[in-house]
Parts: sequence; C-alpha cells; structure tokens
Amino acid sequence: MLEIKNLHAELEEDSEVRILHGVNLHVKAGEVHAIMGPNGSGKSTLGYVLSGRDGYEVTEGSATLEGADLLEMEPEERAAAGLFLAFQYPVEIPGVGNMTFMRTAVNAQRKARGQEELSAGDFLKLVRAKAKDLKIEPEMLKRPVNVGFSGGEKKRNEILQMALLEPKMCVLDETDSGLDVDAMKLVSDGVNALRDAGRAFLVITHYQRLLNHIKPDVVHIMSEGRIIRTGGPELALEVEEQGYSHILEAV
Amino acid sequence: MVFPRQKLLAQKREAAEARLAPLTLPQGGKWITAAREDARARLAATGLPVKRDEYWKYTDPASLTAAQAPEAALYEADRDAMAFADTERLKIVFVDGVFDPAASDELALDGVEIALLSDAAQADLHWARDLYGALEADGQTPVERPLAAFNTAHAAEGVLIRATGKAARPISLVYRRRDAGADVLLHHVLKLEPGAELTVLEDGPAAARFNQVMEADIADGATLHHIRVQGRDHERRTVAHLFARLGAESVFKSFTLTANGAMVRNEAVIRLNGKGGVAHIAGTTVGDGAFHHDDTVFITHAAPGCESRQVFKKVLRHGAVGVFQGKILVEQPAQLTDGYQISQALLLDENAQFLAKPELEIYADDVKCSHGSTSGEIDPVSLFYLRARGIPEAEAKLLLVLAFLAEALDEIEDPDLAEELRGRIENWLRRHTD
Repeated sequence: MLEIKNLHAELEEDSEVRILHGVNLHVKAGEVHAIMGPNGSGKSTLGYVLSGRDGYEVTEGSATLEGADLLEMEPEERAAAGLFLAFQYPVEIPGVGNMTFMRTAVNAQRKARGQEELSAGDFLKLVRAKAKDLKIEPEMLKRPVNVGFSGGEKKRNEILQMALLEPKMCVLDETDSGLDVDAMKLVSDGVNALRDAGRAFLVITHYQRLLNHIKPDVVHIMSEGRIIRTGGPELALEVEEQGYSHILEAV
Repeated sequence: MVFPRQKLLAQKREAAEARLAPLTLPQGGKWITAAREDARARLAATGLPVKRDEYWKYTDPASLTAAQAPEAALYEADRDAMAFADTERLKIVFVDGVFDPAASDELALDGVEIALLSDAAQADLHWARDLYGALEADGQTPVERPLAAFNTAHAAEGVLIRATGKAARPISLVYRRRDAGADVLLHHVLKLEPGAELTVLEDGPAAARFNQVMEADIADGATLHHIRVQGRDHERRTVAHLFARLGAESVFKSFTLTANGAMVRNEAVIRLNGKGGVAHIAGTTVGDGAFHHDDTVFITHAAPGCESRQVFKKVLRHGAVGVFQGKILVEQPAQLTDGYQISQALLLDENAQFLAKPELEIYADDVKCSHGSTSGEIDPVSLFYLRARGIPEAEAKLLLVLAFLAEALDEIEDPDLAEELRGRIENWLRRHTD
C-alpha cells in the first residue's frame, strides 16, 4: 500500500533544518502501523510531507501509494489517489459550511476518479448516517468548518470526513491529543469501524494509550528524522513503561 | 503671503468655476430652480475636489470632475444578465440616464407615490420641494461633498418616491447604457412616512460617467432596504452619494455589490436622528486589473440607543485598488450607541492594494464602538486543509474567497437576494481566475 524509501526532507525556507533523514517504511493493505517518538522527532512532518503541505523540500528518496509516486502529485491528487491525513489541529474555516465543505470534497474526489457526483439529497443521507455513528449532532454539520468546535468535536469531525471519503491509506496525526477518555473511545471506535482488508492506517502518537483502542500490527519508534526501532505492539508498552530516553540510549 | 490652505481653496474654486461656466441649470419651476441655484452657489464656495484634498487622498477625483467624461467601452450585454430578474418588482428603466417609458412598468404601486424628477420639477410636489437637496446640503458638514452639490444643481432626471405604507413590491431602478460616452446625472429622493416599508433595488452600469445622489428621509418606525449592484463595464466611472436621515426606531439597510469599473467612489452619509434607529451599510467589491474602488462612509449618531454597522469586504487582484474611509461620529446626546465597523481586503496577488482610514470620534461616555481593518492573502493553512481533502486548488480558493465575503453578504436580509448576489460573485470569480 504505502512504500517509503530513504525519505529525506528539509525546510524549504532553511535548508540547514533537515527534518527527515532517511525514513523507510512499508505498510501493507489491512495493516495498522503506529509511529511513536518524542517531540521534534519528525513524526508530524512525515504526515505533512506525504500529504503535500508547502514548506518542505524532499531532497532524496521516494514515497509511493499502490505504486503511484505521491511526491509528484498535488495535495488534492494525493487525496483522490486515496491518501487521507487526519490533522493534529483541524483548521477552523469561518464562512464555509461543514456540510458544503464535505460534499465539495467527496464530489471532487469522485470526479477525479471518474465517478458520478452525489446529489445533495444522497449526500445528506450518507452524512447523516455516518455522523450518527460518531455521535455528531446534525447542528455541527450546519456550522462553519470546525468553528466553535471543542477539541473532541474537531477530531470526530476529522474521522467523519475519513468515513465519507473512504481513503485507502489513513494517516492519523496525534488524533488522541486533546481528547478525554470518552472522546478517545468514540474516535477509536470510528477508526476501528473503518478497518478492513483493503485499507491501511498509520497512527502517529506520543502515547501508548491510543493504541489500547486502535490495536497496531507494527510499532515504529522515530527519532531525529529516522525510524530507529520497529517491533510489535509490545514495543509501545515498553515506551509507556520506560520512556523514550531508555529506548534511544539502547540504539 | 499666501497660506497653503487658501491656495488650495483658490485652486478648487477655479476648478468649479471652469466646470460650471459652460453649464446652464436644467429647465424647471420655481422651487427646483431655487434648490439648484443654492447648490450651485455652495459648490462655487467649496470648489471642486482636487487630489490634494485630504478627503481625496487615496482617490484621484480628476476623471470625475473633468469637463469631458472619458469614454467607456460597452460590455457585451448577453454575457451577464441584469440582476433581480426573478424578483417581483416595479421596474423603472433609464437608458444613458434618460427615462425609458416603454421598458418601464407603470409608475403606480400600492402604498407608494412615484414621480419623475423631470415631471415634478414643473409641478409643486410639496414633500419633494422640502427634501430635494436638503439632506445633501446637511451632509456637506463637517466634510464637504462637492460632487453631490454639483449633482443637485445639474441633475435633470431622477425618481421621487414617497412611501406611506408597506410597498407592495420592491422598486427597481435599472440603468442601461447605449452610448459609449454618456455623462449622466441622476438625483433620487425617497421619503418614507412613519411606519412605511420599502425596498429599492438598483442595477446597471448607467453611463460612461455616472454621478448619482440618493436622498432618503426615513421617518419614525419606517424601514428602507436598499440593494445596489454596480457592475459589468470595466471602463465606466461612478460617483454615488447616499444621504440618509433616520427617525426613531427606524431601520435602513443598504448593501452594494461592485464588480469592475475604472473608478467608483461610493459615499454614504447617514444621520441617526431618533432614538433606537438602526443603520447598516455594507458592501462587497471584486476588482481585477484597472480598478479603483472607494467606499467613504460617515455615520453620525445624534440620538441615544441607536445601532450602526459598516461591513465592507473587497477582493482585489492584478493591480486593483480598494479604498475605505469610514467614520463613526457619536455626538454627546447619543448615549448607549452601538457602533461597529469592519473593512477587510483579500489581496489575491502582490500588486493589489488596499488603503483604509477607519475613524471614531466619540463625545458620549456610555457607548460601545468597535472598528477593525485588515488586509491579507488567502490563508495557506486553510487552503492546504481543503486541498488535502481532495478539493482542487482553484475550487478551494473560490470557497475561501466566498467565505471571506460571507460576513458582508450576511447583511442582506432577504435570503433570495443574498443568494442571487452570492451567485453573481461566484460567476465573476470563476471568470477571473489566473
């Protein structure tokens, strides 16, 4: 599904600031991978570079989604190809209705894939059903995108978009940050409901606790722009018990 | 020794004298001739505006004051239908400033009296006699508005409307063009009697150069809605003055959409004279290339408990220039004033320019007034968020531009009219992408 080889990236503004130093990662369809690591290790940058955010320059390496070169594509093309980034800080956009936003996104992707666009009525039915599963009030759909949403509501809104867009490769960037226990359960249930053999997840997180809800197949530890250790779910427990410094020292 | 101030005044008076010398006043009866002569005398005293005037610092008045109007190419009429086609309305059509009876509806409407200025000028329409030029004259202090005085003196046509009840339909003033060089003056007077309700719509490019005055006297408890669409022809020039006086518990809401135009100066001079009056002046401007648009607003709170809002949003690109001069003056008796003013520009490239001068002058001690002015580009983080969801860049930008304009469009109370104007802006934006 997702193949990252020797990926190097630096800040566009300042080539002295190198953030990714040769990331190698292979996520197969149906798998859930977790990336853990201390602050500043490059976890979130990896998500941004994969999704095409401005400000980063890839200097070496490759990233492909089902064989297609992601790095050559515009952000919207990556999305249409099946990549989804759930933002750590979902953006508030006053003046754009949440529903309008989501329908425009769904139909833009359908159009890009040569599928027929959904009518307003069909979309409404779809979004209502999915919103109900995530306990999203209909009123939240009418408000401007993320404006006035609580931290939990913003994250649930991200998962709702994911459920509507049905991407192949989902990157969750610190989706647990700012969530209380109940909200984390709700968001995790939403993610788990989307798990299937044709879809893969990359879960970026500081803490092990999210991984109690979203059980990973593989856990990677990232430090200084590199994956320094890879293991099973037990690796996350090791981090939880002993902290990152212990693992970093051992490498 | 000649002081610079006196020198400036002498220069302005000379300009007025030169402009007025070849012009004679339009034909009319005694009352209107008196009003015109008065305006002409006031203009001779203040002179015409020149670039050095503080009030014209950001907008060069030369093309508005010149003896000859610069020509303006006619826009292909079929490319963009006139506005309000789906609104049930009474149409009053002017072609190059001349009333077109064949294209207009009969000037009769329940709850309203309508007369043409050219007809009324020969008769003694007492309510119009008391009002014509009166609000314009009041609006000359503390800031002079010479082009409005010029209009009062020399406009030969316009519409006089008196609403005594709830108007059955909106009155729609339609300004068509046929002549590439027409220089047009129109002067409208609206009088709303206590409790009356009226909506006035305006649409069309009007002329190569259009000088318009609208005076609106809104009595206690009356409501006036005004929606104006100034659009299409790129080379046209417009100077429009809106003078309104509001009585107690009255409401005036005015919205202007401007697209294209080499030079547009829209002045609004509003006086809240009675307790609890509400005045909202809003506008949305979209400009691309050789485009200069100036909103100059002066709202005076003269009575307690009134509310005023100024909401102006401009989207500018390729060297287009936007200007906002907005003032809230709160006089000493106007306690519990609620004043709000926002002017914002979205600059779609580095060549576009926005110049803003927000002003508050407050003499009452218990008031709530806020003002803000910003200019900026499309937020790159929002743009990335939309694109990361699969929305193509051009579409994402369009959504964000419309979102930026939403606060101003929300000022339009009628949802159908708001939707129509939103659609017009969207079409314009789709035509003006890179």
